[in-house]
Amino acid sequence: MIPAPFEYARAASLEEALSFLAEHGDEAKLLAGGHSLLPLMKLRLATPGVLVDIGRIEELQYVRDEGEAVAIGALTTHHDLSRNPLLRRQLPVVAHVAGQIGDPQVRHRGTIGGSLAHGDAASDLPAVVLALGGTLVALGPKGRREIPASEFHNGFLETALEPDEVLVEVRLGKSGGTGWGFEKLTKRAQDWAIVAAVAVQREDAPGGVGVGLVNMASVPIRAASVEAALADGASVAEAAELADADSDPGADINASVEYRRHVAKVLVRRALERALAGPAGGDGAAGAAGAAGGAGAASEGGSS
Amino acid sequence: MSILGNRVLRREDPKFLTVGGTYVGDLELPGALHVVFVRSPLAHGVIRSIDTDEARAAPGVVGVFTNADLGAGPMTPMGMVNQSMVRPLLAEGRVRYVGEPVAAVLAETHAAGVDAAELVAVDYEPLPVVVDPVTAAETGAPILFDDVGTNIAFELNFGEDPSFFDGCDVVVRQRILNQRVAPCPLEVRSAVAEMVDGRLRFHASTQAPHDVRSTLARYLGMEESAVHVVSPDVGGGFGAKGGVYAEEVVVAALARNLNRPVRWTETRSESMLGFGHGRAQMQDVAIGATSDGKIQAYRLNVLQDCGAYPDMGAVLPFLTRLMAPGVYAIPKVECSSRSVVTNTVPVTAYRGAGRPEATAAIERAIDCLAAELRLDPAEVRRRNYIATDAFPVTTAVGTEYDTGDYAMALERALEVAGYEELRAEQARRRSAVAPDLSSEGAGGGLAPRSKQLGIGLSSYVEITAPMGGGEFGAVEVKPDGKVVVRTGTSPHGQGHATAWSMLVADAMGVSLEDIEVVHGDTDVVPRGGGTMGSRSLQLGGVAVSQAAVEVVDRGRQLAADLLEAAPDDVVLDKTMGRFHVAGTPSISRTWAELGAASLDRDGQALQAEVDFEAPGPTFPFGTHVSVVEVDLDTGQVELVRHISVDDAGRVLNPLLFGGQVHGGIAQGAAQALFEEFRYDADGNPLTANLADYSFVSAAELPSYEWTYTETPTGKNALGVKGIGEAGTIGSTPAVQNAVCDALSHLGVRHVDMPATPVRVWEAVSAASSSVPAAAAAARSEPANATNGGA
Ligand SMILES: Cc1cc2nc3c(=O)[nH]c(=O)nc-3n(C[C@H](O)[C@H](O)[C@H](O)COP(=O)(O)OP(=O)(O)OC[C@H]3O[C@@H](n4cnc5c(N)ncnc54)[C@H](O)[C@@H]3O)c2cc1C
Repeated sequence: MIPAPFEYARAASLEEALSFLAEHGDEAKLLAGGHSLLPLMKLRLATPGVLVDIGRIEELQYVRDEGEAVAIGALTTHHDLSRNPLLRRQLPVVAHVAGQIGDPQVRHRGTIGGSLAHGDAASDLPAVVLALGGTLVALGPKGRREIPASEFHNGFLETALEPDEVLVEVRLGKSGGTGWGFEKLTKRAQDWAIVAAVAVQREDAPGGVGVGLVNMASVPIRAASVEAALADGASVAEAAELADADSDPGADINASVEYRRHVAKVLVRRALERALAGPAGGDGAAGAAGAAGGAGAASEGGSS
Repeated sequence: MSILGNRVLRREDPKFLTVGGTYVGDLELPGALHVVFVRSPLAHGVIRSIDTDEARAAPGVVGVFTNADLGAGPMTPMGMVNQSMVRPLLAEGRVRYVGEPVAAVLAETHAAGVDAAELVAVDYEPLPVVVDPVTAAETGAPILFDDVGTNIAFELNFGEDPSFFDGCDVVVRQRILNQRVAPCPLEVRSAVAEMVDGRLRFHASTQAPHDVRSTLARYLGMEESAVHVVSPDVGGGFGAKGGVYAEEVVVAALARNLNRPVRWTETRSESMLGFGHGRAQMQDVAIGATSDGKIQAYRLNVLQDCGAYPDMGAVLPFLTRLMAPGVYAIPKVECSSRSVVTNTVPVTAYRGAGRPEATAAIERAIDCLAAELRLDPAEVRRRNYIATDAFPVTTAVGTEYDTGDYAMALERALEVAGYEELRAEQARRRSAVAPDLSSEGAGGGLAPRSKQLGIGLSSYVEITAPMGGGEFGAVEVKPDGKVVVRTGTSPHGQGHATAWSMLVADAMGVSLEDIEVVHGDTDVVPRGGGTMGSRSLQLGGVAVSQAAVEVVDRGRQLAADLLEAAPDDVVLDKTMGRFHVAGTPSISRTWAELGAASLDRDGQALQAEVDFEAPGPTFPFGTHVSVVEVDLDTGQVELVRHISVDDAGRVLNPLLFGGQVHGGIAQGAAQALFEEFRYDADGNPLTANLADYSFVSAAELPSYEWTYTETPTGKNALGVKGIGEAGTIGSTPAVQNAVCDALSHLGVRHVDMPATPVRVWEAVSAASSSVPAAAAAARSEPANATNGGA
């Protein structure tokens, strides 16, 4: 439980972080909240030569209203997302899901940027960003570029980021997430999802909804077949039957492949029902964010 | 008015809640070297060579040691067990489980030791692995100890009577897994060893310091008097800190051999692979009854997984057998067992140690029988309890129960639970066409049905202080009036400082604040059995209480001398804590005066030492009722209520009693729903950290509805039985029965523990595909499937 020896450099600014990355090249690894990276290092599964700590760069901790979009700084913690008034008003699904991650300690350290950049298929926020059709902003020596969420995760723990780039911002369109549902099946309250499904109403999507799945493939995925079926006029029940159509789940100690495929359908259906429920549906649902539910399937949703 | 029976707050807590405890890992020991173990990555293999050169040369390394360097051990199994299955302190020639220590690195810092441990090159030749105890027991299985030629370490074979079930209208059989669990105390294993004036001083995180003393002396080849064991605060043990681990002997051996202080604190990940596991039984039950539910015969065959080396785990079936018939009057009982070694972490005692397994088996068997006969499980229990007027009673396996009132505990628990209403609610949910959240959700297989309700019962009786024996207790009055209590028990959360103080305060009329309870130091307390098997109050508490009574007698004698009165005329005024001649309270002697006078007179302290020997163990009992909701679509189980009625004789302090029950229910429910230590077929652990091992948290548990009744025992003057393990014993089967009950109308007869979502969903799926009727229809029908009938 002691990492292999490494060097440590704390970046005081984004600029400094970029120059550390340029200096150390492949040897370097960014450290944000450390809640994915440090466990790997302690198990000596990751042995970076230089840790570039960006955890204290305040300029990357924000949630801003930018007219069409909400812009979230990559170093904003899950806790801050869950309590953010703008998100709770505009994109309550983000606040709610962030409030369901791990336990309070994890939520106070873990960041949205780290969650996306790590690219774990079992992470919750990447699926939400996918369902909302978000955009990720990276900054590197060649400047700033925008990557659609749908092109960001391209393999097991692999992303479109270059080693010398920093993920700086997540941009989410405001048209998403008025009606939403999130269904996370866990063994214990603090656990990662065995499977989770998120559904959001989106004006800009053909079927009017975006659906994301957690832990149903080697990367976070969108349930594109469900979305397409809804666009073609399928009922929620019919569409939910396609929940596993785009997936490739694995088996582990918590679930078989068959179970994951089955439960994805159940959860997608429940999430859709929540997301599409009438306006009376889930007033103040995001208010429950942070108040971790009991064991098992935390489900929440709402519409406004 | 006596303080006994009152809810006295724990005297231990202010320290823990403010400055915190002092655990072995907290001890300051300047210059101490750190031990880091090199552990086997293979479940079974021959060690071809161990190359320590590179590690020795690493910075900060003082030495790297293999078994031959130690001059200590090997560890031998308990008496009844195959004596050839010895365990070298560090693996020698062969490794038998993932995590087995192979070499020890001694370094100036922990970090240097971890780095160097990676440099120890061990050349292994893999051997075939056996993880499943059923396979291990078969001929042709990979053998762990070649010279033994079998994996069977211990056997209790009483034979099978071919006419055993003759005369039964129905016989129900079920194979039940009582899965392997990891005890997970908050404080992991830790040891500090140093030589002081030619003696070994060993700080241990243990439940039994005197046992550590004798065991270390034996394996190190030292005199017991040359070993001094101290147990400071201990952060939980749950039975698995009742013995001595190989790593601890290594730490002691290195300190002795090098004559330097040595310390070791394992990580949680190491703990999951080295600290003893619990339970791990495969049980085959068969229960035969008349058609009206009177049990005629019960057979329990146990296959015990010992792990790689037969430790306490090997003899758990002995305890299981003692309690096999549970609370029921069963004319014929057969219980045989085999304990086998497998390529897994050795199994040891864990909260209840063999007795929870007995209760789990019979309580599942009763529910299976009730389902077969379509009788209410409560009614089947009522018809079979040992009658209240039958005590003391000797069961068909020869265990003599002292006192009990099983029907009373059941009725009380059912009343608190509101059993009839629960059954009505269950029926409503089963017959209801479940409301669908959406308007468009009709049809299709995925409509969220309302959650099904399950109600589970468990009536238990257990044996506390099962190994018999006695305990040491001493009470001494100091010249300043303070009272020092020395006890051979070794509390690690139970609250003995509070409980023993109450006993002494009650007998002597001194205030709690003036009483100090000393334990866990073998130089101060001459002997002791420690704290395990729910033995402490009924042995150690009784010893202390007797010592206090003797001190009162001596105090009375002394006071009589000083007051020039006849002892019979001298009374102890407990409200004031002083003796006076009856009718003349103004002339008196306080405890402080007597403590000083005793020393003045002959240099002897005013004290009494008692070795209490109990005439036999005691048998606490009770009934638990558990209520779960099961989501049929996901298989998710939620424990929504847990009601317990526990009876452990006279209750000394309801707060401490409740604390034991409370934690016990959590651990018991956790086994039923969450916890299982798992391996793959190659013996690789799959649950070696607390992310993968579903250690329960408060978020998964409801507030319990617990209450107690008091049926005293005659086995000691206080009338007390043990309560340390009852909560665990009673709760596990209640929760498991509740899960099975929730699914019984679907034709599900049994779901093994833990009832995880996938396992429950698979049981539901299997039942609905084996019942020909449409799933929807089957779900509202009463149970119609039978399996395992005669
Ligand atoms: C006990 C536990 C439970 C958890 N439960 C959940 C859960 O239920 N749901 C869930 O979604 N997550 C869960 N997590 C993960 C948690 O959310 C992590 O915090 C998150 O996945 C990673 O964020 P971080 O800031 O800690 O990243 P770090 O661990 O610091 O970094 C992770 C990776 O991302 C890279 N990185 C970080 N920031 C950037 C950046 N701005 N630009 C480029 N690369 C970057 C790092 O180099 C590293 O490779 C859990 C974690 C723990 C320890």
